[in-house]
Amino acid sequence: MTFEYAPAPESRAIVDIAPSYGLFIDGEFVEAADGKVFKTISPATEEVLSEVAQAGEADVDRAVRAARKAFEKWSALPGAERAKYLFRIARIIQERARELAVLETLDNGKPIRETRDADLPLVAAHFFYYAGWADKLDHAGFGPSPRPLGVAGQVIPWNFPLLMLAWKIAPALATGNTVVLKPAETTPLSALFFADICRQAGLPKGVVNILPGYGDAGAAVVAHPDVNKVAFTGSTAVGKEIARTVAGTSKKLTLELGGKGANIVFDDAPIDQAVEGIVGGIFFNQGQVCCAGSRLLVQESIQDELLDSLKRRLSTLRLGDPLDKNTDIGAINSAEQLARITALADQGEAEGAERWSPACELPSSGYWFAPTLFTNVTQAHTVARDEIFGPVLSVLTFRTPDEAVAKANNTPYGLSAGIWTEKGSRILAVANKLRAGVVWSNTFNKFDPTSPFGGYKESGFGREGGRHGLEAYLDV
Amino acid sequence: MPTTAHTLTDVAASDSTLRRFLHGLPGVDAVGLEARAASLGTRSIKTTAKAYAIDLAISMVDLTTLEGADTPGKVRALGAKAVHPDPTDRTTPATAAVCVYPDMVATAKQAVAGSTVKVASVATAFPAGRAPLSVKLADVREAVAAGADEIDMVIDRGAFLAGQYMKVYDEIVAVKEACGTSARLKVIFETGELSTYDNIRRASWLGMLAGADFIKTSTGKVAVNATPANTLLMLEAVRDFRAQTGIQVGVKPAGGIRTSKDAIKFLVLVNETAGEDWLDNHWFRFGASSLLNDLLMQRQKLATGRYSGPDYVTVD
Repeated sequence: MTFEYAPAPESRAIVDIAPSYGLFIDGEFVEAADGKVFKTISPATEEVLSEVAQAGEADVDRAVRAARKAFEKWSALPGAERAKYLFRIARIIQERARELAVLETLDNGKPIRETRDADLPLVAAHFFYYAGWADKLDHAGFGPSPRPLGVAGQVIPWNFPLLMLAWKIAPALATGNTVVLKPAETTPLSALFFADICRQAGLPKGVVNILPGYGDAGAAVVAHPDVNKVAFTGSTAVGKEIARTVAGTSKKLTLELGGKGANIVFDDAPIDQAVEGIVGGIFFNQGQVCCAGSRLLVQESIQDELLDSLKRRLSTLRLGDPLDKNTDIGAINSAEQLARITALADQGEAEGAERWSPACELPSSGYWFAPTLFTNVTQAHTVARDEIFGPVLSVLTFRTPDEAVAKANNTPYGLSAGIWTEKGSRILAVANKLRAGVVWSNTFNKFDPTSPFGGYKESGFGREGGRHGLEAYLDV
Repeated sequence: MPTTAHTLTDVAASDSTLRRFLHGLPGVDAVGLEARAASLGTRSIKTTAKAYAIDLAISMVDLTTLEGADTPGKVRALGAKAVHPDPTDRTTPATAAVCVYPDMVATAKQAVAGSTVKVASVATAFPAGRAPLSVKLADVREAVAAGADEIDMVIDRGAFLAGQYMKVYDEIVAVKEACGTSARLKVIFETGELSTYDNIRRASWLGMLAGADFIKTSTGKVAVNATPANTLLMLEAVRDFRAQTGIQVGVKPAGGIRTSKDAIKFLVLVNETAGEDWLDNHWFRFGASSLLNDLLMQRQKLATGRYSGPDYVTVD
């Protein structure tokens, strides 16, 4: 007999998903003006979870008007009063964390281990953190009594549905703005549960409005003339479109877009921990992370040794039921995304990069992609340049620190990077030269509400999180 | 690794080559190591997997008594328990060994005669190791002559911390020689006293290079003994050592592992770090005295569905 772990699926009974949901406008769940609905499914099983109202232009207008009306009272509240609501929301999120974690895993396909241990604690932490800022804005370094912008139109992606919501809504509310938020069409449920939490917290009507829908609804939010601030996290292509739409208006804009993060491993790195960091860097959330360490830059002298360790480690990754606590790799979020990952990986192979995956059985239903390594990759390969947004790691080598920096920076993106070395002075020297919004040293994919996050170049502009994150929602 | 199997034979040629080799080993990032150990601790082991893990853990226990007050009677009782840990259920596997001081080896040997249970003895001036080499070697020879199957030696931590790696190496080589062909050698580092993870990795390699059959965390006599993190680190070391030399070395965490839950977490570490090849009492042991009773109670609970309590297992 071998040492098999028993399946340990988290119970679904803790979450009660209704057969249908409306749009959340002015404190009420309402049907879409044109009555449209769409289905949201579990990517791990393709089971339909619920039917959700689909927002159109008229709904966006309704929501923006509600937010505008609410803005007057909300922005006039003393900071300490706004903080009270935010603290209340944070506490309710903690109380309902298990329920929300299961819900998020069902709707998104990511492992419960991640929603339970990473997403939800961070969601609550963001609300707590910005609740703390709400009555201290005068001391945040943006001048005396900085003013809110007004109605914030926010469009968020499907990779961290609730966490991205928290990143957007918490600072917006703390600074006195009201919100119209459009969650991604594949993952609307946790945002709708959040709407319920807003009601549970007694948040005044219209302060938060949630509009599930497709790209057209997002475009309508961005283009609405009465929206003062646009915040978007998602693909670079859509980000560019938004920038075009917003250009020439008085709207403020922050964009968090794609990335092709370099994870640089020097020959004196703590190898075993670096391997863990590489795994966490690219296989966390099936690589569907904008700041994923999708390019591994390894010093040539330790390439073989590191790759051996990495392959051995990948062979222990457990892919399967995302609700099982032992699962490391869950499902890809949608058929569309799976197709994109598959196409890019095939292209990598066609271009001559060497493809490797551990022996790994994929479930018969749902959207799955085995963890994949590409070696013999050069800067010219598509898999080294394009954001794949999936569990695919491209391995490149370098000989000197200068070469590592040059290769790391040789990308249209600039969101994240990692440095692995036991030499502190090298960490500082290299980090200073990397054109990336976040540089992790001897770790990867670590998030904290106090730490600003944002990119350079085609990874976007503006910062979320930390004191810096307030600036995007204040008239400064 | 900074070297190849070919050059490993020259590593102990001199003080400086040995130092260069040990200091050339990859560093250990404490935060990352502890995070990995903690995340492996969350694997869920239930029902059949748990039953298997508990029996495996029982078979890996080195049932230990290392007290100044040990008597032949106590050692005989320990031996009897090692052979039949649960007298009410003869399907319970025997433990791997009983671990006693050298003067009790003969008694222990009689107590486990006819069974698979080995007799291990902590020789080399356990637990401080502060005695002349001649005394330590005499200690080992006596234990082996009395029939010890395994010798648990402590390294000279003072010499190690002073950077006298060659001295430590030579001592291990000498003790290994004293063990002869009949006894396997477990080298105890007293990881709590080595204080850094880098030192623990160096000590692991030093021990293996000098011929250790097992590397063992600690004596159980200091404040910090086996932890998931230091055991994970040593498992990485034996895994890498085998990859380089083809030689497999066992691992024994000792001290502080008291519950079945803890023991199972260690088995997960073994499974996911060194691999299945180490999931056997020839290659992995628990140095523990109170762990066995908790394993037995959990075993009874799995068999009967009810939790029996400490009066339903034997005290030593």
